[in-house]
Amino acid sequence: MSNLTAKSTPVSIVDRSTNKEVNRPIPVPSPTLRLESITLSFGGVKAVADFELTVDTGEIRAIIGPNGAGKSSLLNVISGFYRPQRGHVWIDGRKFAQVPTQQLARLGVARTFQNLALFKGLSVLENVVIGWAAVRHANFVEQIVGLGRARREREDALARAGEIIDFLDLNAVPDRLAGALPYGLQKRVELARALVARPKILLLDEPMAGMTVTEKQEMTRFVRAARDEFGTTVILIEHDIGIVMGLSDRVAVLDHGRKIADGSPAEVQANQAVIDAYLGVAHDDAPEEVYA
Amino acid sequence: MPDFDPLFFAEVLVGGLLAGVMYSLVAIGFVLIYKTSRVLNFAQGSMVLLAALTFVSLLERGVPFWASLLLALAAMVLLGLAIERTVLRPLVNKPPITLFMATLGLSYVIEGVAQLVWGTQVHGLDLGIDDKPFEVGGILISKFDLVAAGIAAAMVALLTGFFRYTRIGLAFRAAADDQFAAFAVGLRLTRIWATAWVAAGVVALVAGLLWGARLGVQFSLSFVVLKALPVLVLGGFDSIIGAIVGGLIIGAGEKLSEVYIGPFFGGGIESWFAYVIALVFLLVRPAGLFGQQLVESA
Repeated sequence: MSNLTAKSTPVSIVDRSTNKEVNRPIPVPSPTLRLESITLSFGGVKAVADFELTVDTGEIRAIIGPNGAGKSSLLNVISGFYRPQRGHVWIDGRKFAQVPTQQLARLGVARTFQNLALFKGLSVLENVVIGWAAVRHANFVEQIVGLGRARREREDALARAGEIIDFLDLNAVPDRLAGALPYGLQKRVELARALVARPKILLLDEPMAGMTVTEKQEMTRFVRAARDEFGTTVILIEHDIGIVMGLSDRVAVLDHGRKIADGSPAEVQANQAVIDAYLGVAHDDAPEEVYA
Repeated sequence: MPDFDPLFFAEVLVGGLLAGVMYSLVAIGFVLIYKTSRVLNFAQGSMVLLAALTFVSLLERGVPFWASLLLALAAMVLLGLAIERTVLRPLVNKPPITLFMATLGLSYVIEGVAQLVWGTQVHGLDLGIDDKPFEVGGILISKFDLVAAGIAAAMVALLTGFFRYTRIGLAFRAAADDQFAAFAVGLRLTRIWATAWVAAGVVALVAGLLWGARLGVQFSLSFVVLKALPVLVLGGFDSIIGAIVGGLIIGAGEKLSEVYIGPFFGGGIESWFAYVIALVFLLVRPAGLFGQQLVESA
C-alpha cells in the first residue's frame, strides 16, 4: 500500500495566472457540515437533544458514545432518513430541515451502513459503478438515443470504478458477487461504492464493526487515505475507542442523546464526564455484585 | 400405440417449442416487473387483454393499423405510469403478499374497465401474417408461430442487452437486488418502477396481438397468465432468458406428453401437464433454472 502514502503527501495546486504548479498551504477550513440544535425524539423518547456539531473541510470527525446514545440517529438525520423535530442540517452552506435523501449523492454526501447495504447479487465492480451512476442521473432517453455518449459515459464509469477498486486494493475480486465475499471485504466494497463519486462528505456508520484486528488496521488506513487523497470530509461512528482516537481529528461524545464532550482525542480522553459515561460512576450505596 | 416415427416426433417437438415461445411472451412481462420490484404482477394477463382489446377496437372503428398500434402503445404506457403512481408507490415497503393482492385487484379493475370501454363481444384479429403451414425437411411448421418466435427472440435480445449493458439496466438490477441499498445510494426507485411497468405494458401489447390473433380477442385472453406461471416456475421469476427457456420446455413438454403419454390416460393431459413439470421443478430447483440464488463461497 506504499502507493497510497506516496501519492498523498504534497498538496499542489496549479496557479491559473502563471500556469505553474505551486505549493500552497491548505486553505483555512470552513464548516462543510453543521448540525444546528438538532432534537430528535421517537414517541416521546428523546434520542438526541439540542445537538450541535461543526465539521470542517477535510476533517475526520468521530462521534462516539455508549450503545443507544443516539449516534446512528444522528447519521440518519444527516442522510435525511429522519426529520428532526427541531434544528437544521447545514451542508456546504445550504440549510435543510430534512435532507432530501434522493439528492444526497448530488449534494456530495455518501455513506456506508452499520449492517451493510450492498447489492449482494451484483459483482463488486457493478456495485461500485452504481455508486457513480446514481450521481450522474442521465435519463432514459439519453441512454437509448445518445448511444455514442452513453458508451463514453459507460467507459467513464468503468474507469472511475477501476480507480477506486485499485485504491482500495480490491483488484483480486472485481468480478465476484459482493454477497459471496468475506465480511471485511464487503465493508470495503461498500466504502468503494461510497467513494467512487468522490463525495465531499463521507458518513461511516461503524465501518470496523465485526472486523478482525488486521481488517480494522486496513480500514483505518483506507479511511485516512481517502481523506488525504480526495480531501473527503469524514464523519465516523465507531465503537473501537482505540481506533477512533488514532484516526480522528476531533471527537464528539454522546451520552443519552446529549453531547457531553467535544474536542481533540487527547482532550476527550481526559474529560471526567466521558470517563464516567464509559466506565460508569461509582455509587457508594450500590455494592458491586459479580455474577459468575 | 403406433411405431415411433422420428419425423412425426420432430414435428410435434417443433410445434411445441413454437407454442412455448407464445407462453414466454407473457412470462417476460411478469419477469420485468418481478425483476425490478419483487412483485408478482397478477394483472399481466389483464394488461394483455386490455392491449389487444384497445388495438382491435380501434381497428374496427376504422383507425388505420399503425395509428391503432401507436394509440394502444400510448394506452399501455399511460397505464404503466398510472399503476406505479397509484398502486405501487403508496404500497412501498409493504409485504409481498400485500402487493400481490393489490395486483390481483388491479387485474379485475383493468378487465372491468377494458370491457366497460370496449364491450364484451369477441373480436377476430388478423395481423396479416399468413398462417399456412409450410414444409421444412418433411416437417410442417406454422408460419405464424415462426413469426411470433422471431418477435419474441428480438424482444429477449433487446431486453437482455438492456439489462446487461446499459447503466439504467444496471440500476434496474440493483433495485431488484436490494431496494434499501438502491434507495440509499440515491437511485430513483419510483422512476425505475414506472419504467418497468411501462415496459411490461409494451410486452403485454405484443403478447396481446399475437395471442389475440391466435385465440380471438375476448375476455378469456387474460387467462394466458395461467400458461405463464409454470413457465416462470421453471425459468425463474427474475430471468428473461429463463422465461424463454422455460417456455420452450413447457411448450415442448406439453405437446410431447399429449401425443406420447396422453393416450394412456385417454388424452387431454396437455392442459395440466405443464403444472406437473412445474411442481417437479419446484422440488428440485425452487429458484428455477435461471433464477437468482446467492452462491456461497467455499
